[in-house]
Amino acid sequence: MNNIATEVISAWPRSDGRKGIRNTVLVAYLVECAHHVARQIVRPFEGDDVHVIGFPGCFPNDYAQKMMENLCTHPNVGAVLLVSLGCENFRKKQLQALIETTGRPVELLTIQKSGGTNTSVESGRQWVQNALLSLSELPKVKMHPSELVIGTICGGSDATSGITGNPAAGLAFDKLIEIGATCIFEETGELIGCEHVMAERAITPELANNIVKTVQKAETYYAAMGYGSFSQGNAEGGLSTIEEKSLGAYAKSGSSQISGIIKPCIQPPKGGLYLLDVVPDGAPKFGFPNINDNAEIIELISCGAHAVIFVTGRGSVVGSAISPVLKICANANTYKNMPDDMDVNAGRILSENTPLDEVGNEIYDKIINLCQGQRTASEKLGHQEFVLTYKTLDPIGPNCLA
Amino acid sequence: MKHTDTTSINLLILNPADNVAILKRAVKEGSSNMIQDEQFIFSKSLDMGHKIAIRPIKIGETILKYGASIGFAAQNIATGEHVHIHNLTSRYTIVENMEATQK
Repeated sequence: MNNIATEVISAWPRSDGRKGIRNTVLVAYLVECAHHVARQIVRPFEGDDVHVIGFPGCFPNDYAQKMMENLCTHPNVGAVLLVSLGCENFRKKQLQALIETTGRPVELLTIQKSGGTNTSVESGRQWVQNALLSLSELPKVKMHPSELVIGTICGGSDATSGITGNPAAGLAFDKLIEIGATCIFEETGELIGCEHVMAERAITPELANNIVKTVQKAETYYAAMGYGSFSQGNAEGGLSTIEEKSLGAYAKSGSSQISGIIKPCIQPPKGGLYLLDVVPDGAPKFGFPNINDNAEIIELISCGAHAVIFVTGRGSVVGSAISPVLKICANANTYKNMPDDMDVNAGRILSENTPLDEVGNEIYDKIINLCQGQRTASEKLGHQEFVLTYKTLDPIGPNCLA
Repeated sequence: MKHTDTTSINLLILNPADNVAILKRAVKEGSSNMIQDEQFIFSKSLDMGHKIAIRPIKIGETILKYGASIGFAAQNIATGEHVHIHNLTSRYTIVENMEATQK
């Protein structure tokens, strides 16, 4: 079936062999105290691909360090300006050295050594201006859709998410996997109750056991947070059991075999479908696994996702820094209320009896289009949300990847 | 996960193996609907997203949606009947304090 994908994407080649569908300049603050300067630096570049990311904490954290390293060397990133206050504990030299080894332009701007806010903003803007110029001269190469890494997430869900948007996203995933692409789904906390159904799709019995264990870990963790998975609102929306609710979230993974379990910052080794385990390891330490949808989106991106499919029923407006977010609206009324924020109206499966396949194909086509340079709704509106907090993660266990 | 429409435009069957279908839109008590070529009258008003049995389901039988188990029938369920927390029990964990939402 590999010959069905004839679409040509032109992309930016990176030194690690991956290719980017965007060529973004990142301005990355290394503690909240440098956030304002970073925000001021990018102000004149509205409309250009210049995004702010950063880590707010002053205490170091291995997960946050690795996230920043992976994000600053993501294939969609062309150049990086690091903005440090000067006294924070982030291992900035390590980050800078790593970015340098990839051949990307990188600069470390330290506010305390640069004369304070005004002069730092000025020199930062100058650097970004030059970086944009040099990036515009980078040659592009052909990229086959099989080289794509695509993530999926649902947020602001309602009763329609599990019956229109998620199954349609699942069909798009099936189609992407058929042509050899890599797809990542996540949020084991929302998959409690369907782990045995999921385990049946694992490529090895060992992986099947690990899938069940991963969901059990999520169940224990969320219970410790005092957070149940099944609410009264779910029952009012027609959902009767936790397994039914979880299957609705699970539907966005499609029906392909599951090739492995990954964690944030781990790139899937080859094409196929992967489950991203975002739940911290060990006793709860820093709070919720992810405090909002953007914390999950950026973890998908840390695994190399070139773009993320976001299914929403109630109407989330977010996008993300680094990788485009494609919005699938599961509810036709929500779509009518906020059309500028949505890329695909999956609600018409209910309101207009549109076949699911038709919406699945539309999602696939829009993924290819955005990789060919078309802007998604959230990109056009300037959404570049970014959240990174503390977390504790162990390395992935044996038999999680074949 | 395959999706096929029934003869009824009001119902969505997510997988051919399923024994329940989903209401595409809210239905009023006393309104009728075609299910597998037979006409059924809804005995109560139901919102979009709720489930209807599309064939008789025996007590203890697995209820399938998306082609997968979402629990088992707590009583015999007739075709056209509302399937929800009053007649569908989770195999996973007991869902507590849900009686209040039974309509």
